[in-house]
Amino acid sequence: MSAQNGGPLLKAEHVVKYFPIKRGILIQREIAQVHAVDDVSLEVRRGETLGLVGESGCGKSTLGRCFVRLYPLTSGHVVFDGQDISNLSRRAMRPLRRELQIVFQDPYASLNPRKRVGSIVGAPLAIHDMGDRRERKRQVQELLEKVGLSPEHYNRYPHEFSGGQRQRIGVARALALRPKLVIADEPVSALDVSIQAQVINLLADLQQDFDLTYVFIAHDLGVVRHVSDRIAVMYLGKIFEISPAEELYRRPIMPYTEALLSAVPIPDPRESAARERIVLEGDVPSPINPPSGCRFHPRCRYATDVCRQIEPPLVDYGNGHLAACHHPLNVDKETLARASVDERRTPEAADESAKPSEPATN
Amino acid sequence: MAEPLLSVKDLKVSFRTEDGLVRAVDGISFTVDEGEVVGIVGESGSGKSVTMMSVMRLITDPNVIYEGEIVYKGRNLMGLSQDAMREVRGEEIAMIFQDPMTSLNPVYTIGWQIEEQLNEHNDLKKGQARRRAIDLLAQVGIPRPEQRIDDHPHQFSGGMRQRVMIALALSCNPDLLIADEPTTALDVTIQAQILELIKNLKRDFGSAVVLITHDLGVVADIADRILVMYAGRIVEEGNKEQIFYDPQHPYTWGLLGSIARLDRPKRRRLTTIAGQPPSLINRPRGCSFRPRCPQAFDRCSVEDPALTAKVGDGHLDACHLSVEDKRARRDATIRPELAESA
Repeated sequence: MSAQNGGPLLKAEHVVKYFPIKRGILIQREIAQVHAVDDVSLEVRRGETLGLVGESGCGKSTLGRCFVRLYPLTSGHVVFDGQDISNLSRRAMRPLRRELQIVFQDPYASLNPRKRVGSIVGAPLAIHDMGDRRERKRQVQELLEKVGLSPEHYNRYPHEFSGGQRQRIGVARALALRPKLVIADEPVSALDVSIQAQVINLLADLQQDFDLTYVFIAHDLGVVRHVSDRIAVMYLGKIFEISPAEELYRRPIMPYTEALLSAVPIPDPRESAARERIVLEGDVPSPINPPSGCRFHPRCRYATDVCRQIEPPLVDYGNGHLAACHHPLNVDKETLARASVDERRTPEAADESAKPSEPATN
Repeated sequence: MAEPLLSVKDLKVSFRTEDGLVRAVDGISFTVDEGEVVGIVGESGSGKSVTMMSVMRLITDPNVIYEGEIVYKGRNLMGLSQDAMREVRGEEIAMIFQDPMTSLNPVYTIGWQIEEQLNEHNDLKKGQARRRAIDLLAQVGIPRPEQRIDDHPHQFSGGMRQRVMIALALSCNPDLLIADEPTTALDVTIQAQILELIKNLKRDFGSAVVLITHDLGVVADIADRILVMYAGRIVEEGNKEQIFYDPQHPYTWGLLGSIARLDRPKRRRLTTIAGQPPSLINRPRGCSFRPRCPQAFDRCSVEDPALTAKVGDGHLDACHLSVEDKRARRDATIRPELAESA
């Protein structure tokens, strides 16, 4: 997709989102917290598509929702188009909602079954009081055409559509207010592979036509590679690697990324049989009590003592490729020497462990 | 060659509805040999699940009409009573489903559910069933099975639940395991784990597996033979090498082309299969795939292509194009990056 340069459209600074776990009937005591997003800083540049990948429960959807303030932040800041939106009131947030939209994963649950397509797609227009009834109808029909449906679908109900068509309706709704930023939260995961391709191509076309910036959330690196300019890999509430898309596939630095890549099935029996497969053991640990040190260490095949004790900072390996790992892969000696801790992100950590330790040589 | 384990002959499954007869499965025949892994691939609504649900006789809709034969180990399952069928299910043929949350009972512990199945089919003492259940959980890779056996389904993650389902399915050593989209609801990492597990089952237990999926990538590694279904029919059938390296049907090309592949250079656009699958009430005249097929020509709209072998042993396809035409044209769909760079 298009990769224009420009200042960041959205900037996340040390975003933290904890969900309280409460117990008790009348007086609810907070007994623990789910560390859904834990100190994430990143930028979304104008016109780019930022892929956000990770397994279920890694906090990628929560982060996406923090970006559009569907959740209040526990701490940290989200700056959209130069304006800090992290503490805006509902009312002050309203005009910004036009510019920040979201497409949800489940095309069955995200459309109200009792409403007609016309009023679903037209709802954002009505809420923001745009145009009169006739004008809105015209706009909705135009949108339906843009997303590959027909204007006659205006009076139909969601159940009359297939999964792929419903996802198109969700996309039309998100675009109704001509947003600048669209968060696409697993928009194709629930669809057949052949239908996934249709929706992905549609999103690419719309990005051109509407000048959109996307944050594309998914767990499938195959799909993410196809749509993204840059990719951020999340694990247990933290960003572990962020890199230009193609670079990440050629040269993954973080072992978790390597494992994610190797899990994507390859539709070629000989290559599939030939390649080394890293099957990650077990599930993502509980985000209530994240593991000490590097959060990935219990599942990492390179883990050593340092990983259990010290949390690795995000290190800049050049070319906009950042990774947080004590045992970086695919990095030669010189890059390692040049690599610097990204100070914007971890000012304190920079002093503590300024350099990643040497990969185990034994 | 020995008798196949399962042989489906001209199976037709239709549903009476207010709008007319829905022909969900429209005359398909195939076999599954002992210890073989067969992948059934197709989009939603192509009839792949209905076919295998019919093998298990699990469709309870009173409006269903079956025709044809399902022969398992020489017995026609179509003629069996519900009681006789109960014995076959679980003991001979087991099935796992896409959604491991809805296929386990939320109010019983998983141990209770596995033991129930063991006791239903075997004459076991109480302690024996429990020990066997723990063994099964260990075999499918559930850590600390002695403790986890007393947990309820909600205490397991999606991948772990699917492992429990597989343990349940294996509890009576079935000769045939039907897996209906077992990994579709899971993350890619967990999908890799489950596929690995299914592959090992074949090795350790010698069970035959029928794996239903919409993603050709999933079957590339583990299937021996692949059936491609479209609109209630098989449009192509062959072994893994034939389907992936010499695909004959334009629908198979479309399925292959629409995958965002990691092993090839990034493409500008993904190939798509235009349009929607046809109505199963009023099938288009001629080839069912014609309305979506960029290769269609005059003959396709008049004559329904039969499933025949044209290129090699056991490689069948239902398409009117000549083999030369297919080989000349398919790269544009499957490997458009070659055309793009040219």
